[in-house]
Amino acid sequence: MNRMSWFNTVSLTLGFAFLYIPMVILIVYSFNESKLVTVWGGFSPKWYGELLKNEAFLTAAWVTFKVAVASSTLATVLGTMAAYVLVRGGRFFGRTLFSGMIYAPLVMPEVITGLSLLLLFIGIGLDRGVLTIVLAHTTFSMCFVSVVVSSRLVTFDRSLEEAALDLGCTGSEAFRLVTLPIIAPAVISGWLLAFTLSLDDLVIASFTSGPAATTLPIKIFSAVRLGVSPEINALSTIMIAIVAVGVSIASLVTKYQMTRQMKEEQEAERN
Amino acid sequence: MRRAFLILVPYTWLLALFLVPFVIVLKISLSDAAIARPPYLPQFDWAEGIWAFLAQLDFENFVWLTQDDLYWKAYLSSLKIAITSTFFTLLVGYPIAYGMASAPPMWRPTLMMFVILPFWTSFLIRVYAWMGILSNEGLLNQFLLWSGFITEPLVILNTNLAVYIGIVYTYLPFMILPIYSALERMDGSLIEAAEDLGCSRTTAFWLVTLPLSRPGVIAGCFLVFIPALGEFVIPSLLGGSDTLMIGKVLWEEFFSNRDWPVASAVAVVLLLLLVIPIVLFQRNQQKQQEADT
Amino acid sequence: MSIPVFAPWDDPLAHPLIQFKNVSKRFGQFTAIDDLTIDIFEREFFALLGPSGCGKTTLMRMLAGFEAPSEGQILLAGQDIAAVPPNLRSVNMMFQSYALFPHLSIWDNIAFGLRRERLPKDQIEERVTEMLRLTRMESFARRKPHQISGGQRQRVALARSLAKAPKLLLLDEPLGALDKKLRQETQFELMDIQEKTGTTFVIVTHDQEEAMTVASRVAVMDHGKIVQVATPDKIYEEPNSVYVADFIGEVNIIKGTAKPDGEASFAVTWSDTAPPLTALSQTTFSADQDCHLAIRPEKIAISADKPEDAANAVQGKVLDIAYLGNISTYHVELPTGAIIKAQTANTRRISRRAFTWEDTVWLSWTASAGVLLAN
Repeated sequence: MNRMSWFNTVSLTLGFAFLYIPMVILIVYSFNESKLVTVWGGFSPKWYGELLKNEAFLTAAWVTFKVAVASSTLATVLGTMAAYVLVRGGRFFGRTLFSGMIYAPLVMPEVITGLSLLLLFIGIGLDRGVLTIVLAHTTFSMCFVSVVVSSRLVTFDRSLEEAALDLGCTGSEAFRLVTLPIIAPAVISGWLLAFTLSLDDLVIASFTSGPAATTLPIKIFSAVRLGVSPEINALSTIMIAIVAVGVSIASLVTKYQMTRQMKEEQEAERN
Repeated sequence: MRRAFLILVPYTWLLALFLVPFVIVLKISLSDAAIARPPYLPQFDWAEGIWAFLAQLDFENFVWLTQDDLYWKAYLSSLKIAITSTFFTLLVGYPIAYGMASAPPMWRPTLMMFVILPFWTSFLIRVYAWMGILSNEGLLNQFLLWSGFITEPLVILNTNLAVYIGIVYTYLPFMILPIYSALERMDGSLIEAAEDLGCSRTTAFWLVTLPLSRPGVIAGCFLVFIPALGEFVIPSLLGGSDTLMIGKVLWEEFFSNRDWPVASAVAVVLLLLLVIPIVLFQRNQQKQQEADT
Repeated sequence: MSIPVFAPWDDPLAHPLIQFKNVSKRFGQFTAIDDLTIDIFEREFFALLGPSGCGKTTLMRMLAGFEAPSEGQILLAGQDIAAVPPNLRSVNMMFQSYALFPHLSIWDNIAFGLRRERLPKDQIEERVTEMLRLTRMESFARRKPHQISGGQRQRVALARSLAKAPKLLLLDEPLGALDKKLRQETQFELMDIQEKTGTTFVIVTHDQEEAMTVASRVAVMDHGKIVQVATPDKIYEEPNSVYVADFIGEVNIIKGTAKPDGEASFAVTWSDTAPPLTALSQTTFSADQDCHLAIRPEKIAISADKPEDAANAVQGKVLDIAYLGNISTYHVELPTGAIIKAQTANTRRISRRAFTWEDTVWLSWTASAGVLLAN
């Protein structure tokens, strides 16, 4: 397919406008001098200053960050193991149940996941706090990690592992020296996905957090329920900026690597 | 040894933190109603054995769901909202996916990145962004008043319309990506062949492109429908007090009314509702995979 | 002075390097290797030849240690290797896909196996340099696998698998990914390297030309069994079955019944109208036993008139001519409806060709040209 008609141009323009205008408005209004969010009162970065003075937000942000780092790291380890078992494990008792438990959380409504985990934590008498949120986030994001990693493992050339064994590696050496370095990009994107999911999660965190630990989304949610506020606009802008910078760097790096590899391959064949 | 360890660790984790919680929900949904205070009766007692325990379970919470019309209205309205917004997402998403697939190959990775970018941005923030646009004094009304289309501000925020807009907006990438990948894989010479055989551009689209993109359309619809059905954030921020969605009801049952057995029963029924589309979705994906190999 | 012939398989005192003793391998219901016994000797270049699915790759993977036999024993230098995992066997393998580690440089790929042995640095350095020199890849040491061409990758894979100086090197379709011209060059290179290093090579291939070119002995496999093991010339000239005759090169098979008519000579009745054919054979056939006469097309002469003193001559009509440049193959239809292929070398220009379509011609061959086979 390779046709740019006026129809395609219009639908792409309108589509991307729809996707991005709300965020642009949010960013623009975060620099609004006026407290009234719908009236433009001149340019001012003062809400960013206000935000930095807001202890509650800063604490929540720190908690969220800690939870995200811990849960995404744990989820990456568990998810990679699960992916390896799914793709390479062969048959074992309860394999169907296992793969079911990997895929079910992907489609499970968050309210149900949150509710069920809360009932578990109460049942075993675990106090709700940072630990319970980390456990909850790890559980659902390890499934996302395992999907990302297993889709890479499926296309992994098995003879590479066999070659490593053939050249004297033990099983774990083969994984450490050959498999892991090659699937590393998938593992890293799995970690990033788990990290964002954790940063982003409101519903499950609301169920599993206690009074001792409030995450940023919970804080934002209770603030915006009361209506639009310029401080939240400023906070949103910071978050959007971080994501935008991160994603653009990531895609630029991959693009650069891919073009370089393609060029080198072409050169190699020419010689 | 190593293999057993590899299997056991994630397996045990999921059993303990996914399956067991779920069994607890099921058990509590069958327990006697009580406000906020565990333990819920009956409790499992090793001395009495499993049958005595099972005999005490009952369906009174589920009966309660059918008697109070709040619940079944909420289920119906969730279904309606999910189906309608899935339809609108398709309507908005398909032309974008089509436009992307028709763009020069050089641009496609960039376009793709711009579709995925919002997905990495906080969901909550994307929903919140619409609150400022749709409110009575919001930018949309300001614009419409200024341009003279309307004389009175439209009430959009806190209505079902706002919920539709919110769902379409936040789930749009889920619709675009599978359709795009179906269209992108399509062999361009198929359209040329159709035109060569006498189709106009439009008929070629209806007879060739659309049927070939069907798996992508189906996948996209499920990817929007399934999470939309249990959605909580969008109806509670953009919807009004009369917007009934089951995710919101469950949340309120739990946090406001604190009736956990009923909340659990609501969750069980929601899951039963989801089983059908999930199974259908799985089948569609499997068929797709088989066709690919 | 005569050059000693390398033929340990004919020496009853020679100890084989590898012995398969009644080895079977089953995957569920499917039998990949069926009660197979074979000896492979040191310094041999041994080819396993057969169509895909005949079990040749399974045989090789059992040697490498990636599969264990369901029954029977595999001995390497007299020792059962069933319990030895692949990483502890002094057997190395060159993979069909080369399996070069994409994240490591050529140098690190070759050093990979040596590092696993925890050799001192200078020894590794020395050995890698030697391997690079052997495969003429010195100037590419710092490159990554994607930065070199397919032919170079093949050489690196060879260097990597030879670096540990294994007793036995396994090559799984080593030249399958190369184009035809490069493949032929590389075949000679492989033989050269095998000779230089003195390593025993076992190669798996489905390309009969490749097997014939490189191997000291060829094993033709079918359905998990070895049909024939012999030197390339014997496989071609003296196939032991219709399957081998048909698998290696082109062949005409004439079905008939045999009748002894002299010392190691048989009359083959193949048609109701035509006179019987004469064929010499060391294997004996009883009277009226079903047999197949296999004759290579290049051993059949084609002429306009009936040759005077030919042991066998049949008349037919030219149906098709396949012109291949150096040779031409004539498809000749006999009155019985059978089609016989005859090959002639094109020593003259094509415009001087003696026969054309629809011409009536005589095909003839000597009594020893064909091989008489029971099945």
